[in-house]
Amino acid sequence: MQDDVVMRVVAKVMIPTVMLFALYVQFHGDYGPGGGFQAGVIFAAGFILFAMIFGLNRTRHVWPPRYNLIGFSGGVLLYGFTGIASMLMGKNFLDYDVLGATATKGQHLGILLVEFGVGLTVASVMVSLFLTFAGRLTHLRFLSKTEAHERFVADEEGTK
Amino acid sequence: MSAFAVNAFVIAVLALIAFMALRLHRLFAVVMLSGAFSLTAAAQFVILDAVDVAFTEAAVGAGISTVLALATLSLLPEEEKPHSIAVLPAFLAIATGALLMAAVSELPAFGDPNAPIHNHVAPEFIAGSATDIDVPNVVTSVLASYRGFDTLGETVVVFTAAIAVLLIVGGYTRTARRQKNNDKGGPHAG
Repeated sequence: MQDDVVMRVVAKVMIPTVMLFALYVQFHGDYGPGGGFQAGVIFAAGFILFAMIFGLNRTRHVWPPRYNLIGFSGGVLLYGFTGIASMLMGKNFLDYDVLGATATKGQHLGILLVEFGVGLTVASVMVSLFLTFAGRLTHLRFLSKTEAHERFVADEEGTK
Repeated sequence: MSAFAVNAFVIAVLALIAFMALRLHRLFAVVMLSGAFSLTAAAQFVILDAVDVAFTEAAVGAGISTVLALATLSLLPEEEKPHSIAVLPAFLAIATGALLMAAVSELPAFGDPNAPIHNHVAPEFIAGSATDIDVPNVVTSVLASYRGFDTLGETVVVFTAAIAVLLIVGGYTRTARRQKNNDKGGPHAG
């Protein structure tokens, strides 16, 4: 789809908008519908749109696959360490009361951190799932459907 | 009455989409229909006042799942293999469905304030969400704070799924890496 001018122009407008909306959903989850899960998926959708329009090679250049590994591990670790931080400050695991000056401020900070962890994990997981599946297609792109399928089956036999 | 009409319409559309997906054999059409099903289900969740669930269903079910299914589809042939109806699975599915429908009549009415689920911890959470946590969206305060442990588990499930996919198809295994080193730029590169 890289040769289609309309697609490229529309995508260039849409991708930042989608990502900005994802950030809104992420950080406005306390006040309206949304939160880490939804924001992560929307952010990943912006990335996937980029990959579909501009191709996998440019996506890999912009966002190397190892960043995904760092992203989804980092998200889970951020969540876990928020829990451990509240333990170290003398409360139960994931009891955010102690993280701020007052109990509600602590709760706000804790919720912000864990929601960010969730968003980071979900976004990187979705991007990495898409890139993984799409990466299997790159060497099949110029073949017909049946040829591509045969090649894929042969590949599978070969790796066993 | 109008609420009933809207509900009946959405449920009818859901049933229609499900029936069409059952009849069709072109996989592309089936994937598109499953996206449409998710979007209609999201509309149903909005009607039930579950906007957070509707949001997730629209983003995950209609959006990402469809894209991932399409990506997978380009590795598969276009048509489903012809097959006859499998009697035992069909019987099991219908029996389970009938049991669930029978159980629905035993449930408390929708929105009944005396239902057990509204009298256990829910009042405490709804009151505490305003005073203890000071977050207007009760869903967020339950998800991230009261039930933070569950959400940690869910995040780990998503993480585990990604690890599994990367190991199975992503070429992050030792054999695949060795193969890649042997022929640089081979099919598994990246």
